[in-house]
Amino acid sequence: MDPTRFISTTEAIDPVFMFLFGACLVLLLGITAAMLFFVWRYHRSRAPQPTSQVESSLRLEIIWTVLPTVLVLAMFWYGWKEYLVLRTVPKGAMQVTATARMWSWSFAYANGKVSPKLYVPVGTPVKVNLVSQDVIHGFFLPAFRVKRDVVPGMANYAWFVAPKPGSYDLFCSSYCGTGHSGMTTTVEVLPEAEFAIWLDSEAKKTEEAGKALLEKYGCLGCHSLDDTTKVGPGFKGIWGRSETVASNGTERTITVDETYLRRSILEPNADVVKGAPPVMPSFTLKEDEIKAIVDYLKVLK
Amino acid sequence: MAASELDTRVRRGGFWSDTNRTGIASWIFSTDHKRIGLLYFYSTFGFFLVGVLLGLLLRIELMAPGRTIMGPQTYNALFTVHGVVMIFLFIIPGFQGSFGNLVMPIQIGARDVSFPRLNLFSWWIYMIGAVIVLTSLFTGGGPPDTGWTFYVPFSARTGTNVSLAVLGVFIIGFSSILTGLNFVTTIHRLRAAGMGWMRVPLFTWSLYATAWIQILATPILAITLVLVAAERMLGTGLFDPVQGGDPIMFQHLFWIYSHPAVYIMILPAMGVISDIIPVFSRKPIFGYKMIVFSTLAIAAAGSLVWGHHMFTSGMSDTAVLVFSFLTFIVAIPSAIKVFNWVTTLYKGSISLEAPMLFALSFILLFSIGGLSGLILGAAATDVHVHDTHFVVGHFHYVMFGGTGFAFFAAMHYWLPKFYGRRYAEKPALVGWALMFTGFNLMYFTMQVLGMKGMPRRYYDYLPEFATLNLVATVGSWILVTGLIIMLVNLFRGLWWGEPFAGNPWGGATLEWSTPTPPPTENFVEEPVVTHGPYDYKGSGIP
Repeated sequence: MDPTRFISTTEAIDPVFMFLFGACLVLLLGITAAMLFFVWRYHRSRAPQPTSQVESSLRLEIIWTVLPTVLVLAMFWYGWKEYLVLRTVPKGAMQVTATARMWSWSFAYANGKVSPKLYVPVGTPVKVNLVSQDVIHGFFLPAFRVKRDVVPGMANYAWFVAPKPGSYDLFCSSYCGTGHSGMTTTVEVLPEAEFAIWLDSEAKKTEEAGKALLEKYGCLGCHSLDDTTKVGPGFKGIWGRSETVASNGTERTITVDETYLRRSILEPNADVVKGAPPVMPSFTLKEDEIKAIVDYLKVLK
Repeated sequence: MAASELDTRVRRGGFWSDTNRTGIASWIFSTDHKRIGLLYFYSTFGFFLVGVLLGLLLRIELMAPGRTIMGPQTYNALFTVHGVVMIFLFIIPGFQGSFGNLVMPIQIGARDVSFPRLNLFSWWIYMIGAVIVLTSLFTGGGPPDTGWTFYVPFSARTGTNVSLAVLGVFIIGFSSILTGLNFVTTIHRLRAAGMGWMRVPLFTWSLYATAWIQILATPILAITLVLVAAERMLGTGLFDPVQGGDPIMFQHLFWIYSHPAVYIMILPAMGVISDIIPVFSRKPIFGYKMIVFSTLAIAAAGSLVWGHHMFTSGMSDTAVLVFSFLTFIVAIPSAIKVFNWVTTLYKGSISLEAPMLFALSFILLFSIGGLSGLILGAAATDVHVHDTHFVVGHFHYVMFGGTGFAFFAAMHYWLPKFYGRRYAEKPALVGWALMFTGFNLMYFTMQVLGMKGMPRRYYDYLPEFATLNLVATVGSWILVTGLIIMLVNLFRGLWWGEPFAGNPWGGATLEWSTPTPPPTENFVEEPVVTHGPYDYKGSGIP
């Protein structure tokens, strides 16, 4: 598809920034220059007595009421016009559903594929339908000047088109708790052919199936695959590790086994690892999904 | 009574010595507006310093990516408490409570406010609310971690002590309403003979407009907070979509109060600036009537722009259109004020003592804040910078660079009047220069960070934002160094500085015609107003 067919959101918004910043800069420099000049010129050392006692001027008041009015109305109108670009999804846009939860993203495609990163083909407009599973999140793509809140129970959307392949930041912009700043991922813009291959590929081996599930359910938003601590404990070497956990206010030491992992997924706040906040939501996974995850964690060393 | 206290009273004279109570009771049970003003000043300013300390800790955490001095939950609680303390405990009650109480009754030639006991009661309510807010930090599930905006559904779900904090803010709201009622009545009923509405000083005008916002808008905050508490404790589901509720409705309710509240915060600051600039230029304020008109216009139109906090929330595009339009309309009266202030300088005789330095930097910092507000008011550009550090920078330019610097201007301008002693100019200049430099380094950098896409309320950030965050943190150190120098100099001066008597600044408003410090009922004989508040020739000031 020809990438020049659509005005990208960046191309629509940036000229508004230029116009507004330009006008603001002129006003600010004017005000500052006048103020500094007056302070220098009429400083008491140069002007021992005031040389005017004029209290008002109708003409000046009219000028500096009317001119700013015209200017701000122009700013308003230009801002509104280009805002409509953000709201008008081009026909034939590819649909992706973004699901936000505390504290991770997942993106579901029409063929059922789910990914923790937003993969899109270059030059194709993408409509992202925004779904929240818990609190309000914010879908923010700085490179594309796009942001929309992800509100539970509300059918919000955003769209963008990426003119060049590459990797771009995707942030959660609306404060959502402990892991808010960790709720970041990327938009991966691929050439069209590469994207088609990616979209049709499937995780095959057992190990990859477990990892894919961790990505799908957003576990990796809070648990790293190495031994660093994000919100909760890292997964590397977790199998067989002994941990101090708080269960109903009493501390005890356990060894991580299948029973413990299963319980941590279904009733995460029953045994909370010491030092971690009791904030993990419960995940109701299917039996084979839990099995796949446990199998993956067993071998993650 | 301690001997030193007696010394202070005898030495200071005026309302300091004229009381039949002793010790702390002479303050916390006094109905004298000046004593209540100082009570408010020390309590609100104390909370300001707490807020500064929290802000400093936040900046240290953000100095480098990853964990620096605290974990994410602590960081989230600190920025919430920083916001709640600064907004509800300092900046909303601060100006009216301290300088409104200290100065306004004298400016209009009254012996006190209309309801002195209600005035004291307002302070007590404020303190009870403040103590409850502070209690919420150390009890229950720990300090609230919702941000000062208490957005649902998060605020309804979090296990932290939101309900108690919300109760504290709810109680403080009544203090605000009562102060508003008291000031409106006072300004209507107690003006001295000869003081028509067009002879009311601009600081008093600003308090009048502010008082109306307090009376009309605060009840909506109270209702909203009750609904949050009900959501948490009773599970009413008003904001829960699963139960037919709407989280966006909360945002409307919250901002219907909290946007006008921004004008509660800034209008008295504009009033102080309008009083200081003519005095230090020895020239009448330019466009008095336009400044009065713009004050009232801001108070009225400012009540209709709350939706500009919600352009990305999912509310209708029609609402975005209307709120963006009204937001630009409310920018016009602010611009009018700036032009009139600058023109007041023209052909004056300007002296740059500390109050004037702070007032002039107010104009500059407020302009930067106001102009960056236009970027946020335009729908297309707001989408990119909403919920980023750009907003944090914008807000602090207006609230700290604006109201904060105006508060410092007022401290240097008026406190000597009530203490009879003054600060030294040179250290004040050093403190001001450091604060001004550090301020811009910190908050301008934040605006750049926001343009580059760094979201707000981020405990951690990507490496690409590291350098600018370090710069902002260094700015915060310079700012706080300047603040400490300024405060040491100011308070040392109020206790042990040069005597301050008569009318050294050369003001023509009534507070400069009473003895220093003013006696308990302010005037030796009841004043009759024969000239305007900025008529220096008419009041015989050289």
